[in-house]
Amino acid sequence: MIEGILIGLQTALSLQNLLMVIGGCLIGTFIGMLPGLGPMSIIAIMIPVAISIGDPAAALILLAGVYYGAIFGGSTSSILLNAPGVAGTVATSFDGYPMAREGKAGKALTIAAIASFCGGTIGAILLMIFAPMLSSVALLFHSAEYFALMVVGLSAIAAFAGTGQVAKAIIMTLLGLIMATVGEGALFNMPRFTMGLMDLQSGFGFVTLAMAMFALPEAIFLVLNPGRSAQGDGGAIKDMRITRSEAKSIAPVIGRQSLQGFFIGVLPGAGATIASFLGYAVERNIAPKTEQEQFGKGSIKGLAAPETANNAACTGSFVPLLTLGIPGSGTTAILLGALIALNVTPGPRLMLDDPQIFWAVIISMYIGNLVLLILNLPLIPYIAKILSVPRNFLIPFILFFTLMGAYIGQNNATELLLLVGFGVCATVLRFADYPLAPLLIGFILGGMLENNFSRSMQLYDGVSFVWERPMTLGLLVIAAFLVILPSYRARRARARAAGIADGD
Amino acid sequence: MKTFELSRRALLGAAMALGLGGQAIADGHQVVDSIHFLIPGGAGGGWDGTARGTGEALTGAGLVGTASYENMSGGGGGKAIGFLIENADSNHGTLMVNSTPIVIRSLTGVFPHNFRDLTLVAGTIGDYAAIVVGKDSPINSMDELLAAYDADPSGTAVGGGSVPGGMDHLVAAMVMEAAGKDALGVKYIPYDAGGKAMAALLSGEIAALSTGFSEAVDLANAGEVKIIGVTAPERVDAYPDAATMKEQGIDTEFVNWRGFFGAPGMPAEQVAAYQDALAKMYDTPEWEAVRARNGWVNIHNNGDEFKTFLEGQEKVIGDLMKKLGFL
Repeated sequence: MIEGILIGLQTALSLQNLLMVIGGCLIGTFIGMLPGLGPMSIIAIMIPVAISIGDPAAALILLAGVYYGAIFGGSTSSILLNAPGVAGTVATSFDGYPMAREGKAGKALTIAAIASFCGGTIGAILLMIFAPMLSSVALLFHSAEYFALMVVGLSAIAAFAGTGQVAKAIIMTLLGLIMATVGEGALFNMPRFTMGLMDLQSGFGFVTLAMAMFALPEAIFLVLNPGRSAQGDGGAIKDMRITRSEAKSIAPVIGRQSLQGFFIGVLPGAGATIASFLGYAVERNIAPKTEQEQFGKGSIKGLAAPETANNAACTGSFVPLLTLGIPGSGTTAILLGALIALNVTPGPRLMLDDPQIFWAVIISMYIGNLVLLILNLPLIPYIAKILSVPRNFLIPFILFFTLMGAYIGQNNATELLLLVGFGVCATVLRFADYPLAPLLIGFILGGMLENNFSRSMQLYDGVSFVWERPMTLGLLVIAAFLVILPSYRARRARARAAGIADGD
Repeated sequence: MKTFELSRRALLGAAMALGLGGQAIADGHQVVDSIHFLIPGGAGGGWDGTARGTGEALTGAGLVGTASYENMSGGGGGKAIGFLIENADSNHGTLMVNSTPIVIRSLTGVFPHNFRDLTLVAGTIGDYAAIVVGKDSPINSMDELLAAYDADPSGTAVGGGSVPGGMDHLVAAMVMEAAGKDALGVKYIPYDAGGKAMAALLSGEIAALSTGFSEAVDLANAGEVKIIGVTAPERVDAYPDAATMKEQGIDTEFVNWRGFFGAPGMPAEQVAAYQDALAKMYDTPEWEAVRARNGWVNIHNNGDEFKTFLEGQEKVIGDLMKKLGFL
């Protein structure tokens, strides 16, 4: 592990990668702050940029920086505008916004920045400990276990549909799986469903699809709702200091929520959003009676809890991505697709074959969190000015990067037609309130699911591997639980977060 | 680690191109100003290594001013072929690298095009095929692999990085047939990337892996695999420890050629210039360094010779595939 850390330090501290971290964090913070643009849209727009870098370590460092930068930035608009830029920071507004209205906006931002920093940093330490452990187990995996893992990944989609839309999520997953069958599978000699088009021979492009699902509809939505931009009434940012007693009272909250948030993030399907709500609920329940009443009215504990948890969960979601190669959330699904496009297959072999990628990403998280702390503490009053930029300036930018990105990746104009076509479909689906992340996850996992399944069928001359291999059976049982539990839970907690950018 | 090294190598190549390109003009033996290499697969694969290695030698020796590279994966290489044909007029400065699969996949009809639709520049190198086993495997030779296969045919699977009926499968089938086994009885498990096939080998899912010799040498040097048989006529200098199939009593040889193609309708003088640059490359120390490092074999076929060679290979592989039932 020491050796790994050294490799990681060496890679992460190169000038290029330092610029990647700083750039990623800056972009993430700026865009994450803007209400309506979630981390998935930002990352989708950034993929072509990352892929064109060519170096997988640098690309992942950049995209990861954008990811946690967006979670960081989202808290600013939650506190100042009561308009979360990111679903994962909705809970932040519960107490952050009341604080801002009392004229304590500066204090709220400081607490959010410190809590985020601690959550992210402790998360990165836990990632360093747990990822190698999980990786060494996963090295024993055969195709049968990979197949079961993909089933676990797909079953987590039920958990995505936290707003009680299990049926819709399943439909979208199936659509994604169907789309994954287009083109020439690795196991067959013949192209399928290509309608004789050479452009479809290798299937739909992941970059094109990701941007069609997350970036293009975002721009179209902004066009359709020009008045959606929120006006701040949170007051000026004045005193940013916190007192010693305040620090003392939030310290245990941060400690607990770093751990809890991290482990929730590790679970497939439960990302930063769930972690932040759960963190808020837990801290409220265990707080003394007098403090409990403060929750929702500007409690510093109620602010620190979700802010710590969402950043820790964000780091935790890298565990299944880097060790098993399955995405735990829509955002990590996009990261997975980007890595595959760069010819890196995340999974247990990543630590052996490309240790510099694995460790550099973890080390870059420490650096990124430091950058964000610096960015958010002294500079936040200035950065927050971006909130007053009219968002119709944003639309051409999004369109430009989306269209350019789809073309540059492939040098193929057909991609543009596909992008626009799918983008329009995605917008219609969003109007009908269908979640788009399950489609992308189905698409990414579909190919791997099929390949590993047919390989196992070939090796075992049938489906006997399901009961002959205990690890396969165990994973499939976990998958079954993942389907049943959240759909039960979702029934109880409908309509919780309407009108917020999906994903975490 | 591999891609890391490659990108460093590419950087080095680019640096050399910048530094030496100017000097070459002064020397007056530069043949071509620049070449754009179109690589039909991703970074780190065999095609990628060939194009970048060739570019490195050409620019390093001053035969070519600058070399640029473009990876266009998709359709097992079909996308790049289609791209080159569709955009022929704007791609006279482009050379596409390709190899045996262009013949195999045209035969199976996966590609609507075949090599006759392109301008044949030259075949430059070859790479033998190899059968490898994991470093901890009890198997140490082809005999032991065949014995394991006889004992448990369905539990002794051979993996590879190509689709069934693709090159890795053909090699495995050829070897088994030459060893007197039922070539179609061998369980061939396809993986969509070399890394995944490697993981399967190390986790014990497959008993052996059919792969290119130069990739096998990399893995063997990294201590991950043992090479139990090479499809070369005699032992290869790049890794003399690896026994040939022939010396183990399996009478088979196979070489995967690699070469360069241009867009259809490329002007004759330009084709001649590329051929000239490639022909001169063989005598340079820069090329010798690249070749030796990768364990490639020089098999130079220019223009019409290349066509004859490809037609011959089309026949040999076509017959084999018919015999094995892939066609």
